[in-house]
Amino acid sequence: MARYGMVIDTKKCVGCMDCVVACKVENNVPEGYNRDWISYETAGKFPKLRQEIRSERCNHCDNPPCVYCCPCGASHIAETGGVVLIHEDKCSGCKACIAACPYNARFMHPEGYAAKCTFCIQRIEKGELPACISVCPTYCMNFGDLDDPQSKVSQLLEIRKHHCLIPAAGTKPQIYYLT
Amino acid sequence: MKSVSRRKFLQISSATFAAAATIGPVNYLSKGSKLIADDKLQKGIHKIPTFCNLCFWKCGAIATVKDGTLWKIEGNPLDPLSNGRLCPRGTGGVGAYSDPTRLKYPLIRTGSRGSESWKIVTWDEALGFIADKLNKIKAEHGPEAVAFFAHGIGGNFMKHLFKAYGTPHIFAPSFAQCRGPREVGFELTFGDPIGSPERTDIENTKCMALIGSHLGENMHNSQVQELSKAIENGASIIVVDPRFSIIAGKAKFYLPVKPGTDIALLHAWANVMIKENLYDKDFVSNFGFGFEQFVAEVSQYTPEMAYTETGIEPQVIVDSARELARSKPASFIHPGRHVTWYGDDAQRSRAIALVNALLGNWYHKGAFFKPVKMQVPPYPYPEYPEASQPRADNPDRIYNWADEEEGLPTGIRDATITGKPYPIKSWVVYATNLMNALPNQEETQKAINNLDLMVTVDVIPSEIAGWSDVVLPESTYLERFDDLNISPFKIPFVGIRQPIVSSPDDQKPNYWIAKKLSEKLGLTNYFPWNNIEDYLKTRIESAGLSFAELKENGIILGSKKPIYIEDGLEYNFKTPSGKVEFYSPQLADKGLDPIPKYIKPDEPPAGFMRLLFGRVPVHTFGSTQSNPILRDMIDENEVWINNDIVRQNGLNNGDYIRLRNQDGVVSNKVKVKATERIRTDCVYMAHGFGHQSKALFNTYQKGASDSQLVTRYKTDKLMGGTGMNVNFVTIVREA
Amino acid sequence: MHELVNTRHNLQIDPHLHIWGWEIGVYLFLGGLVAGMMIISGFFIFTGRTKNTKCSCFLIPIIALIAISLGMLSLFLDLEHKLYVWRMYLTFQWTSPMSWGAWILLLVYPVLIVNVLLKLPEELYGNFPHLRKISEYLNSSHSILQTIGMISMIIGASLGMYTGVLLSALGARPLWNSSMLWILFLTSGLSSAAAFIHLVAREEEERRMLAKADNSFLIFEFVVIMLLLVGFLTSDQVHIEAVKLLLSGEYSAIFWVFVVSLGIVIPLIIQLMAVNNKIRHTVIAPIMVMLGGLILRFVIVSAGQASHWSGQVFR
Repeated sequence: MARYGMVIDTKKCVGCMDCVVACKVENNVPEGYNRDWISYETAGKFPKLRQEIRSERCNHCDNPPCVYCCPCGASHIAETGGVVLIHEDKCSGCKACIAACPYNARFMHPEGYAAKCTFCIQRIEKGELPACISVCPTYCMNFGDLDDPQSKVSQLLEIRKHHCLIPAAGTKPQIYYLT
Repeated sequence: MKSVSRRKFLQISSATFAAAATIGPVNYLSKGSKLIADDKLQKGIHKIPTFCNLCFWKCGAIATVKDGTLWKIEGNPLDPLSNGRLCPRGTGGVGAYSDPTRLKYPLIRTGSRGSESWKIVTWDEALGFIADKLNKIKAEHGPEAVAFFAHGIGGNFMKHLFKAYGTPHIFAPSFAQCRGPREVGFELTFGDPIGSPERTDIENTKCMALIGSHLGENMHNSQVQELSKAIENGASIIVVDPRFSIIAGKAKFYLPVKPGTDIALLHAWANVMIKENLYDKDFVSNFGFGFEQFVAEVSQYTPEMAYTETGIEPQVIVDSARELARSKPASFIHPGRHVTWYGDDAQRSRAIALVNALLGNWYHKGAFFKPVKMQVPPYPYPEYPEASQPRADNPDRIYNWADEEEGLPTGIRDATITGKPYPIKSWVVYATNLMNALPNQEETQKAINNLDLMVTVDVIPSEIAGWSDVVLPESTYLERFDDLNISPFKIPFVGIRQPIVSSPDDQKPNYWIAKKLSEKLGLTNYFPWNNIEDYLKTRIESAGLSFAELKENGIILGSKKPIYIEDGLEYNFKTPSGKVEFYSPQLADKGLDPIPKYIKPDEPPAGFMRLLFGRVPVHTFGSTQSNPILRDMIDENEVWINNDIVRQNGLNNGDYIRLRNQDGVVSNKVKVKATERIRTDCVYMAHGFGHQSKALFNTYQKGASDSQLVTRYKTDKLMGGTGMNVNFVTIVREA
Repeated sequence: MHELVNTRHNLQIDPHLHIWGWEIGVYLFLGGLVAGMMIISGFFIFTGRTKNTKCSCFLIPIIALIAISLGMLSLFLDLEHKLYVWRMYLTFQWTSPMSWGAWILLLVYPVLIVNVLLKLPEELYGNFPHLRKISEYLNSSHSILQTIGMISMIIGASLGMYTGVLLSALGARPLWNSSMLWILFLTSGLSSAAAFIHLVAREEEERRMLAKADNSFLIFEFVVIMLLLVGFLTSDQVHIEAVKLLLSGEYSAIFWVFVVSLGIVIPLIIQLMAVNNKIRHTVIAPIMVMLGGLILRFVIVSAGQASHWSGQVFR
């Protein structure tokens, strides 16, 4: 079975937020909310600085605490590529999943259910890329099957140095950042 | 005709906003959008090609309409500029349609200028009012008394109208307030300007130096896409900037230059390349003119000398010069885009051009290609009338290298204030917010107060609209046809803009406004076409291309032409000497430095820092802050201040402060970004925020406006550009 | 210097998580209180104290029913999809403490009702003779009473533990992420319940016993808190940062003053003096204990949301 993930090249990303805008438009994310966002990290003392820019979102973890804590079975791991999704019509709005996510990737949709990145499941099921990736002017984001050693994402992880976010939280995130 | 107060105007303006709000945020993208009357398109998904208007890059795009309402806009894969991917502003372009602040009806001023009080009028009344005044001005003062300002391709039809009217005064702030110095600097050196889109071949470069250019924060789409390819190819990047920009974080060399000292650095680079014999000797000996004088001039600019001026370690200067030279000719110094900084900008651009000349990179792959353009003849209009008086913005051509097509807006502003060399009685402004584009707002206001007629055509109530007598609401780019896009680039192409949805209120496209106004001005012979599609069809068919294909695909590509020496291209330097002019006799003739000289910049007064400004990737100038999608990305700017300064002032990151400039002008309140990413002698903010127009109610006074603080400027002696990074600010604590 | 900024600005998430307000604090407190009540009352029943008709085990279940209903109301108020609360009862998610909790809450009601049925006011028996038969049956044998007492204690303990596990299972919030948390909440529930029953008990002997028990609970709670803090302080950086919120950070004043001093130490001293006949019993100490228990929940809920993992990559 496929295991979908993203491999994002921080060397190329300029943090332009096109991914954020595209997600908003594609998925009608309400004003004031984000399913994805940019982190700008800088360390050092001027002018000796180093910087990493990351397009961040739900990590579609292999060990997703948001799914485990859901009392309604609304949060779940989809058949399609292990994507973590929410059945909006099962959610009671208890917010446990929001508290459970170390990435703060979830939020309460104003209509009363938990919401977050879906990897644009409606697009990937049609063989399209997630909206964020499809617009990226730096081509820094890659999407694919991490279980397939021939996929571009697997091969990038094979040859490039990479990390994921907050590995210590033990959630086994499926978004990797190339450095 | 009913009179409306500003409050009522706001109510009108916000009526659709309120409607959208009650429906809930989910539908804010597309509520109320109607498809152009075409029944068969009503159901399902339909895609219409067009080109973007969120900035001047004009990327090919495809809009998606779902069940008759606008959904999204994506890049057109056929388009060489976008390659199927738009930048964040383009992607957020649907917000231009749903912008709640949009102008809805033609307005005539009822209060004093700048008071933003209006009455709603019909188009007939508004255009009649304008035409009466323009006819009167022409009769009393001649057509030269009218100045037309425009930015972007949407201005073409009105520009044509005012040329037909007979005025030579056509302006765009994109030259003298933006990229003019580099065009002049390069043209004086190589005989060709840089042009837009830039002729830089970033994707194939092995080494690129950026002087203050914050690529990635300015989202010139093709440039950013190519930058990413360059990074992938392992190109090295050198960034010279007082601020650790986004691209600085990707650079092999980051040079934290002291503002205003770039020429010292550039000459030091030249010095190292010459001293170490790293330059392209064949190119220089075959095509260089006045190289000996240049060698003599730069010999004094040792890395050590440059260090004392720029603050950049001599070894870093040497290493970065070697890095550039190592990869020649596939290495270059980017000419930048907004380069009106210190008043010596054309000379600095020339210094940039000269280091490029040492690299022998002109027309070379990985540096400066030769742009090619689709040959599409202009519409066969009658000849424009000859101007009876010389231009008033640049009397006696003091600024010899000022551009004729884009003019000197501050020059015409001076003429409007003084009435010399002759009175200027009307300004007509199309989609350029002069209040924020030109330095010193007080002078702009003074000039406007001298006018008999001030007209603004725009989609949103910008600051300049607030100072107008008549405001004409234009349809957004999603609701109109426009002129063809025939940009010079790596491959010839032509692009079409076509309407996706109809205008929600009483907005009209620029071509309609121009044509209607031509009728009232008795200039109908200049608008012989019946409708816009006739015009476009005539043009495209005269180029031997199919209008139907263009409408269907949005883009027609021409055949590939050589753009590099590597493709067999040959040099043709259009300088007087026919060579690359290291020494410029043209400049010497005018008593200007034939080789750029470094002049020490002014030091900030004690407690003051130099004000620098730039861009954020999700906004274009001050025109997108009210776009609900882009506003949701960044809704106010921050002022970047070095951590040490913040601490010395007892402030914290995120505190609100105000800035006061050397002339006592105090900004709106603005959030402090306490950061290591900037020098201690300057502060930085994104341009376009801190709107002063109350009608831009969703972004009114959000953040600070650098334009307010830019009260001083230094005029470039070569081309009349306004160096605006010459203002100093100090921190005013916010109680 | 280290700078980490992100562009996200979600309501209730940024800049700090703030999804749960007073409702959850009140609910956790009332849940703990009811848990304590059920354990104490169950213990009374189990140990045969029903022979005394004035035993508070006849009163407590009624109060507990009201308290747990208020608690559930509070929880209900917090739900964003209020009308869909029933969705929790369409499924049992064994990995979700909240699902366990939902079902435990459902079990609390019949157990408390059985408790109530042990002895009802005479007027009710007059109107509903069947009720008398039920009461008589429940009181008919020692083993039935012992079973009721045992079940009350087990369900009470489950409820008390669950209120802690609910939070500690959320590993994303370091300050909640301690296996001491359920012990703390259970102990705090017991001390609050003992204090409360101490207030309403009608028998002097029972009151004395409860005061003594409360003192033990308070001492134990104090030890648990100290162990909890030590546990965090000897853990990794994320947990050390988290516990600093209580020790010296934003929540330290309220934690040390209201939770530890006024909620545990001072009432403990007062009650120790009272049981040793140095001073008279008053309502002051029990009220302080209960308020301390409530504020403990508020502090843990708020500070826990403020504690977070850092997405920082550069070290």
